[in-house]
Amino acid sequence: MTDPRWHEALIRLPDYLGSHVRVSLTALALGLAISLPLALIARRRPIMRAVLLGFASIVQTVPGLALLALFYPLLLALAQVSLKWFGFGFSAFGFLPSVLALALYSMLPVLRNTITGLQSIDPAILLAAEGVGMTPGQSLRMVELPLALPIMMAGIRTAAVWVIGTATLSTPIGQTSLGNYIFAGLQTQNWVFVLFGCGAAAVLAIAVDQFLALIATGIRVRSRLRIALGALGLVALVLATLTPTLARGKSSYIIGAKTFTEQYVLTSLIEERLQAAGLSASPREGLGSNVIFEALASNNIDVYVDYTGTLWLNQFKQAAIKPRAELVADLTKILADKYKITLLGDLGFENAYALVMPRKRADALGIHSIADLAAHSGTMTIAGDYEFFSRPEWAVLQKTYSLSFRRQQQMQPDFMYAAVASGDVDVIAGYTSDGLIAKYDLAVLDDMRHAIPPYDAVILIAPKRADDDKLKAALMPLIGAIDIAAMRAANLRASDNNATSSPDQVARWLWDRISNTEL
Amino acid sequence: MNEVIPAIAFERVVKTFEGGAIRAVDDVSLSVAQGEFVAIVGGSGSGKTTLLQLVNRLIVPDSGDVRVHGEDVGVADPIALRRSIGYVFQSGGLFPQMTVGQNIGITPRLLGEDQLMIAKRVDELIDLVRLNRTQHHDRYPGELSGGQRQRVGVARALAANPKIIMMDEPFGALDPLTRAALSEDYHALHRKLGLTTIMITHDMAEAVLLADRIGVMHHGRLLAYGTPGDLMRVSDDYVNELLNTPRRQAEELQNLLSKDNTEPSS
Repeated sequence: MTDPRWHEALIRLPDYLGSHVRVSLTALALGLAISLPLALIARRRPIMRAVLLGFASIVQTVPGLALLALFYPLLLALAQVSLKWFGFGFSAFGFLPSVLALALYSMLPVLRNTITGLQSIDPAILLAAEGVGMTPGQSLRMVELPLALPIMMAGIRTAAVWVIGTATLSTPIGQTSLGNYIFAGLQTQNWVFVLFGCGAAAVLAIAVDQFLALIATGIRVRSRLRIALGALGLVALVLATLTPTLARGKSSYIIGAKTFTEQYVLTSLIEERLQAAGLSASPREGLGSNVIFEALASNNIDVYVDYTGTLWLNQFKQAAIKPRAELVADLTKILADKYKITLLGDLGFENAYALVMPRKRADALGIHSIADLAAHSGTMTIAGDYEFFSRPEWAVLQKTYSLSFRRQQQMQPDFMYAAVASGDVDVIAGYTSDGLIAKYDLAVLDDMRHAIPPYDAVILIAPKRADDDKLKAALMPLIGAIDIAAMRAANLRASDNNATSSPDQVARWLWDRISNTEL
Repeated sequence: MNEVIPAIAFERVVKTFEGGAIRAVDDVSLSVAQGEFVAIVGGSGSGKTTLLQLVNRLIVPDSGDVRVHGEDVGVADPIALRRSIGYVFQSGGLFPQMTVGQNIGITPRLLGEDQLMIAKRVDELIDLVRLNRTQHHDRYPGELSGGQRQRVGVARALAANPKIIMMDEPFGALDPLTRAALSEDYHALHRKLGLTTIMITHDMAEAVLLADRIGVMHHGRLLAYGTPGDLMRVSDDYVNELLNTPRRQAEELQNLLSKDNTEPSS
């Protein structure tokens, strides 16, 4: 427990756990509110029953991550329609899409068990209920539901465990959850975080399941005490996890982060800068690339770091590749005019694709640029990540420099650097700011004909903060302050798996380094 | 005038199932006078349970009239009708999640009667069917013997002071001693409370012992209806067979016992 990462994980627990409980219990409640009446209506209608159970089963087969991700654009479109037609919009980010997707996920066990429970009642009992003069409603309330309740409770328990588990996947669409530990941990090789997140989600799921089990046995053995204890446990859990979150109040600035190491470090750096300036800030980490820009444009997050090439090619679908300064100027204008987003400035480094090979080998062969490489490419092999060979950059690179490699292969990014260092492949398409370039003493080959667009890291500020001078003042010291060597060194530290490799620690180290060089 | 209006009257009642393929009740007419104890005897699938459920409109006839105290059940409110007629179900039909007390008090509760009144009535009924208040009131049906469950079933049927009690093979699943005790007890209640009772049974001996009049049903048809004496004079083979079987058994039993044959027999 001397490892500071445990401490760091614990500090975040009230926030993550509170949000997790809030989103999963809301989803479960909504799921029940929809599923129970549907099950009651469908129990005597075979066609509707088949359709409902079929639908719920299909929903269940959609991977949780995909289901959650699908709800974001859907709600975004709905919000725009609503704004246009009814004059009010709503946030399609975080809580709402998570609750809806998780509620859908909870439906199958509740529907199936409620219908099964009601159908498995002895027909003689139903006849008796009718025979003593019960109306259909009284029969349902006084006889059928109480008898089906144990099976229904089993379904609700299953749904609760599923929802709590799946809620960890709501992190990429902007809902803080225990999944934040897992996503951050996986990206930054922080296994303490991964274990902590999995453990906390498991403990929460088991706790809720056991409280529900207590209620279920209480109903079965007709013990009011057990039912009360179970309900009390649930209420206590909700209060205990919600109070710290609510009492703490909302932090005024939310900093977004995408799903890779460098983003976690930069988010921590920005958070620390804002706090140093007396502004309260909290991170919203692990956001998908498609989600984060929309989240900023719709003011759900206040600030994040993006890359000019990504914005240019992916966000604005521009084909023409422009020189660095011109690209930044164009982007600044488009962002301001179309989205009211402020491009504050670039941090001083870029994180682009680059062709990389061992320095010694490059020197020996006299290769310093991609043009030099062309003559040797016929006898060489190249490795890239899963998307590189289908990206526009690769097509342009091949054409511009007439590259033709003997073989090209896809590889997990973490393994590429070791592979090229050990000579398993000759060249890799790496990332310019990756710390492993320094670690393995690799050389980045010059792209003199600018086949690859610039990927300068830039700070973007949400429309509602456009005139926020305190925010800008707090961030200005970062503009132009981080050179590629500093970022590589920081990324290398963060990719380690030890006590000083958490994003917060690395961010502090990075700030020390850049603020000292400035002095 | 009141005496001449029967408690229950069937007039040319037909009920078919599965689109007419099964004629469960086939052109049946009969009447049950107020205060009378009528048994309907027949084998499985003879239509006797269907006949019973036509009375409180759990089943709606295809044609013909069913009248209760002169009123056509087709125009009555079925919920109110069912609450006004006691129904003792085959093997009890008790609600497993309710206590004995709650089961007995269910119909008064549905009628919206006062809680205290219901509690008092439930206690009286527990005494009346010779159960024990302290021992049985808070038990659940699953904790009772078959005979006790059937006593609770009778008490529940009596709870809302009905004038008519319908019983569907109420004692069929009980051991002979319990069965004899319970049917005697019920017969006494029937007299004491001035009830009209219509009971379904497949056991002619039981019917002869308890009922004022007996109806014999076979394949949905009412073959005969009258006192045991009337039935003796009916020339139908099936009716004769039904009547002769218990008598023959009784005679054989008499012979065997008088020979003082105490060896166990299969």
